[in-house]
Amino acid sequence: MSEHETIVGLEVHAQLATRTKMFCGCGAVFGAPPNTRTCPVCQGMPGSLPVINRRAVEFGIMTALALGCGINQHNRFARKHYYYPDMPKNYQISQYEEPLAEHGRLVIDTGPGPREIGIQRVHLEEDVGKLVHEGALETAQSSSVDFNRAGVPLMEIVSKPDLRSPDEAAAYLKTLRAIVVFLGVCDGNMEEGSLRCDANISLRPRGQAEYGTKVEIKNMNSFRNVRDALEYEIRRQTRALDTGERIVQETRLWDPDRAVTVSMRSKEFAHDYRYFPEPDLPPLDVQPAWVEEIRGRLPELPDARRTRFRQAYGLSSYEADLLTQGRGLADYFEAATQGGGKPKAVANWVLNELLRELPGDDDRAVATCPIPPANLAALLALIDDGTISGKIAKDVFEKMYRTGDTAQAIVSREGLTQVADEGALGSAVDRVLTEHVKVVEDFRAGKKAALGFLVGQVMKATQGKANPALVNRLLIEKLPKG
Amino acid sequence: MAGPGPRISPGDVEHVARLARLDLSAAEKERMRTELDGILAYIDKLRALDTRDVPPTSHAVPVTNVMREDEEWPSLPREEMLANAPDRHRDLFRVPKIIEE
Amino acid sequence: MAGLASLTAHELGARYRDGTATPTQAVTECLARIEALDPQVRAFLTVTGEDARRRAALADARFRAGTPYGPLDGVPMAVKDLLCTRGIRTTCGSKILEGFVPPYDATVVARLFAAGAVLLGKLNMDEFAMGSSTENSGFFTTCNPWDLARVPGGSSGGASAVVAADMAPLTLGTDTGGSIRQPAAFSGVVGLKPTYGRVSRYGAIAFASSLDQIGPFARDAEDAALMLGTIAGADPMDSTAIDVPVPDYRATLGQGIDRLRLGVPAEYFTDGMDPEVEQAVRAAIATLEKLGARTEPVSMPHTEYGLAAYYVIAPAEASSNLARYDGVKYGLRATGARDLIDMYSKTRAAGFGNEVKRRVMLGTYVLSAGYYDAYYGQAQKVRTLVRRDFDRAFEKVDLLVAPTTPGVAFKMGEKADPLQMYLNDIFTVPVSLAGLPGVSIPGGFTQAGLPIGLQLIGRAFDEATLLRAAHAYQSVTDWHTRRPALQTGTADRTRR
Repeated sequence: MSEHETIVGLEVHAQLATRTKMFCGCGAVFGAPPNTRTCPVCQGMPGSLPVINRRAVEFGIMTALALGCGINQHNRFARKHYYYPDMPKNYQISQYEEPLAEHGRLVIDTGPGPREIGIQRVHLEEDVGKLVHEGALETAQSSSVDFNRAGVPLMEIVSKPDLRSPDEAAAYLKTLRAIVVFLGVCDGNMEEGSLRCDANISLRPRGQAEYGTKVEIKNMNSFRNVRDALEYEIRRQTRALDTGERIVQETRLWDPDRAVTVSMRSKEFAHDYRYFPEPDLPPLDVQPAWVEEIRGRLPELPDARRTRFRQAYGLSSYEADLLTQGRGLADYFEAATQGGGKPKAVANWVLNELLRELPGDDDRAVATCPIPPANLAALLALIDDGTISGKIAKDVFEKMYRTGDTAQAIVSREGLTQVADEGALGSAVDRVLTEHVKVVEDFRAGKKAALGFLVGQVMKATQGKANPALVNRLLIEKLPKG
Repeated sequence: MAGPGPRISPGDVEHVARLARLDLSAAEKERMRTELDGILAYIDKLRALDTRDVPPTSHAVPVTNVMREDEEWPSLPREEMLANAPDRHRDLFRVPKIIEE
Repeated sequence: MAGLASLTAHELGARYRDGTATPTQAVTECLARIEALDPQVRAFLTVTGEDARRRAALADARFRAGTPYGPLDGVPMAVKDLLCTRGIRTTCGSKILEGFVPPYDATVVARLFAAGAVLLGKLNMDEFAMGSSTENSGFFTTCNPWDLARVPGGSSGGASAVVAADMAPLTLGTDTGGSIRQPAAFSGVVGLKPTYGRVSRYGAIAFASSLDQIGPFARDAEDAALMLGTIAGADPMDSTAIDVPVPDYRATLGQGIDRLRLGVPAEYFTDGMDPEVEQAVRAAIATLEKLGARTEPVSMPHTEYGLAAYYVIAPAEASSNLARYDGVKYGLRATGARDLIDMYSKTRAAGFGNEVKRRVMLGTYVLSAGYYDAYYGQAQKVRTLVRRDFDRAFEKVDLLVAPTTPGVAFKMGEKADPLQMYLNDIFTVPVSLAGLPGVSIPGGFTQAGLPIGLQLIGRAFDEATLLRAAHAYQSVTDWHTRRPALQTGTADRTRR
C-alpha cells in the first residue's frame, strides 16, 4: 500500500438541454455556423441585460433533488470577473455565496460495495464562447472567437473531496452522467462538451488530517481520460514527494496524446474574481411548493429503476443494467411487459434483437423505433400460443422492423403460421424418416444427436413453420425403438 | 487599511491596474495613487457608522423570481453582430496571441 | 413658421392637431437652430438630419390622414449618446466607442419611435456618464446656453443644453447620482429622475446598474409627464424594470397641492452652499406654502454619508460594467500590441479618459480581495441606512423639497480636483441610493443670471405627485419660461 492517500474532488459542468440560453432567447444549439446564434445579450453588447431562463432553474432544482441536495430557497447570481476573449462581458454571471443547492450525495460502487460521495454544491452559470487557435495555443500568433456557445446554461456540480482513487473518480462521473441524462437535463455528450470534468487532486501521507497541496487538472473529456490523467498525476506527485520536491498549486492540462499532464499556469496566487451580487438580476426565492411540484415529476432514477427491475421482474443484474442504460429503453421494456409480454422474454428480445437495430441509450431512436412496445408484446404472444415458432419469430421481427407492420399482419400475409396439424406434420415426418435411413439407424444405435438432425430436416421441409415440440414428439413416436 | 499613512501604496496601484487591464505610465500611476488616496480618505467616514445589524442593499428593487420562459427569439444576423468587429477573420472575432498571466 | 422650436411638446401637438403647423415645419426649424447654435453650445455628437426629416414626413402623413399615434407624434427630440440607437453611432461620450454602431434600439428609444417622435440626434455627455460637468466627454465640452464659458452640468450636459437653447422641446438623459437633476438645475430646465425600476434600462449603456435611470428633460412639468408616460413601464428585456402600472401623469397635473405635506430636510441646507441658492429655495418653499402645501422640518441623519457610499458603489459597479470594453468585439482596439493582455491594457488606456480610469481603478480596488467587506459591503449597508431615512420621512410627509445642488453652473476648468467635482452631487446622490424619484425644476436665478434648481423628491413610483407639485409651482412662477440670450453668429466663447 502506498504511503500516500489520494484525495480527489471533481467539478463537473453540464450544459443544460434547454431550448434557449441562460439569459437570452438565442437557441442553445450545437454545431451552428459561427456567430449565428447570438444577440446583444449573449455577446455582451453595451446596454444589454440578462433575464433568467426559468427552465434552467427547474433543471437545476431537478438535479439537486436527484442528488439529495438541500435547495437554498434564497439564492442569487453573482458576477465573476476575469478577462479572456471567450468572455463577452469579461465577467461570467454565476452563483457564489448563495448557490441554488448544497450538501447532497452520490452513491458509487467500484466493486467493494456502495460508497457515498458528498456533493458540495450545485449552481447555475453561463457558458463562455469557443476559442479557435491558429495551431496550438502555445505557439498561436492569434486566436479567433465564436460566441454561439456564450450564454448557454451550465450547471456546475462540485463534489466534496471524498474520492480516493482514479477508479472512484471515473465511477462518480459515470453515475453522475447517467443521472443527468436520465433526468433529461443534459445530453451527457462528453465529446461535444455537454459534460465537462475538472479534477482537484492532492496526496497526503496516510494518517495525516491536513490536505496536501491540490493541483487542478483540466481537459479530460472521457471517463478513460479522467482515470488515466489522475493515475498519471498520482505517479507524478508521488515521485515529486519522494524526492522532497514541493508540489506547486497550479492548473495542469491532460495531454491524451503524450499521456501526461502539462502545467498551464501557476496558481500560486488565486484569481481575484471580485465577486459581487449581480445587480441586473433580482434574487431567486424558490418556493417550497415549486420544489415539491418538481419533486413529484422526477422520473425514477437509474439506480432505483435497476433495483426494481431485478426485484419486480426477476431480471438479472446484467439485464437490469442494460435495460436501464437509457430512460427510453427502460420505458420501452416496461410498456412491452404491460402490453402482456412476459418480462424475461421481453428482456431477451429487447436486449438481443432490438439492440441489434438501435443504440439503447438513444432515447429518440427508441421512441421512434418501428416496433412500438405493444407490437413486440403481440409478437411474443404469437410465439407463446404456438402460432409461430421462435425461429420464424426472428424473421418476423426483422420484417416488422423494416416495414412497421404488426406481427399478425406479416404472419397472415406470408402464411407463416406454424404448422401444428398432426396430420400434415405426420406426413412430413414420415418423408424425412424415409429419406434419412442412415440417420435413423444412428439414432437406433444410440446417437441422441441424430434426433436433432432429424428435427432440423423436418423444420427445413416445412420452411421452419413446424411446431418444434410437436415435431419432436412425432419423431420419437415414429422412430424405431432401439 | 485604516489609520495614519497612505491608504493605497504604489504596489496596490500596480496590482489594481493589472486587474483592471489598464496600461498606466509611471507618472499616471503616481497621480492616480494620490487621487485615490484622497478619495479613499473621504470614503473612510463610512467606518464611523455602526452597521452590525443592518442588511446590505444588494438589490435595488424589492422583487424576486423574475424569469422568462424557455422560448426562442431570433438571433441577430451574423453580419450585424460582426459589423463592429475591430479585427474580423472570416466569421470570427480575431484577437492577438494569448499568453497566460 | 417661426417660433415652433420654442414651443413645448404639448403645445406643438395641439398645433399639429389643429393643422396650424406640421411636424416637418417644426423639425426643420429645430434643425436650423441646431445648425445655427450648436457650433457655440456643442450639445450634439451626431445630428441625424436625414432620418429626422424622413420621420417628420411620415408623421405629416399621419396627421393629414387623421390617424396620429398620440401626443408625441411628430415631436422633435434628441437623446443622450448613452442610449443605443440602431444604425446610428452611439459613443457614450467615449473614444473607446467612437465608431460603435449598435444593431439594436434601447427600449425607451423604440417606445419613442413607436409614439412617432422624431430623433434629431445624439447628445454629448461625460464619458460613460461619469462626471458633473460634461467636461469629461471624450470629444469636447458642451457649453451652458446661459453662459457659454460655464458648464451645463453633467453627465447629461448635452441633453439639458438642447432644451435650454430651444433646439428641441424634449430630450432623454440618464441619472445615476444626479446626472439629470444637476444639469437641469444648471441649465434652467425641468429634469426628472424616475424611481429605480420605473423605466427600462435595456439599451442604456450601463454605468452603475443598481442606480442608473433614464428620464426626460423638458421645459415644463406637462412635457415631462408626457415623456415619462411614453417611456415608463415593465420590459421583458430588463429584469429590474418592475411591473407597476403606469398612471396617466398628465391627468392629475392640475389637481393642485392643497394640504400636500412637504418635508424640508435640514441636512440639505449646508454651510458651504451658495447663499443665493439657499435663498431661492427658501423662497420657493414659501411659494409652495402659498399654494396650500404644509411644510415641516424632517431629519435625514445619514445624508452626509450618502456621497461616500455612492463613491464606493457606483465605481464598483462601473468597473464591472466597463470590463467589456477591451477591443475584442466592438469599439477601439489599440494597434501595435505584443499580445492579448497588452492589447487589452493599451486599448483601455487609450480609449478611457482620466475620470473613467480613476473610477475603474477605485471600483476594482473596493471589490478586490481583502477590501470587499470594509468598502463595498459597508457601503451597501450605509445605503440601507440612507433609504431608511427617506422611509421614515415619508411616514410624515408626501414630498421632500430641497436644493438640487449646493451651487450654480461653474466655469469650465474650475473644478479640477475630482473630490471637489463629486461634492456637486451631495443633494442628488442620496435620492439615487434610495431608488426614489426626484425632479429638478427652475426655481430662480442668481444676480448674475444663472439658473437655480429646486429639487422635489417623492415616494417610490409616486412621480405623479412630483409632477403635480412641479406643475402647481410653475402655474404661479415663470422661471421655466425664461430663455438664455443665445444669438446665432455670436463669437465662440468656449474654453476648449
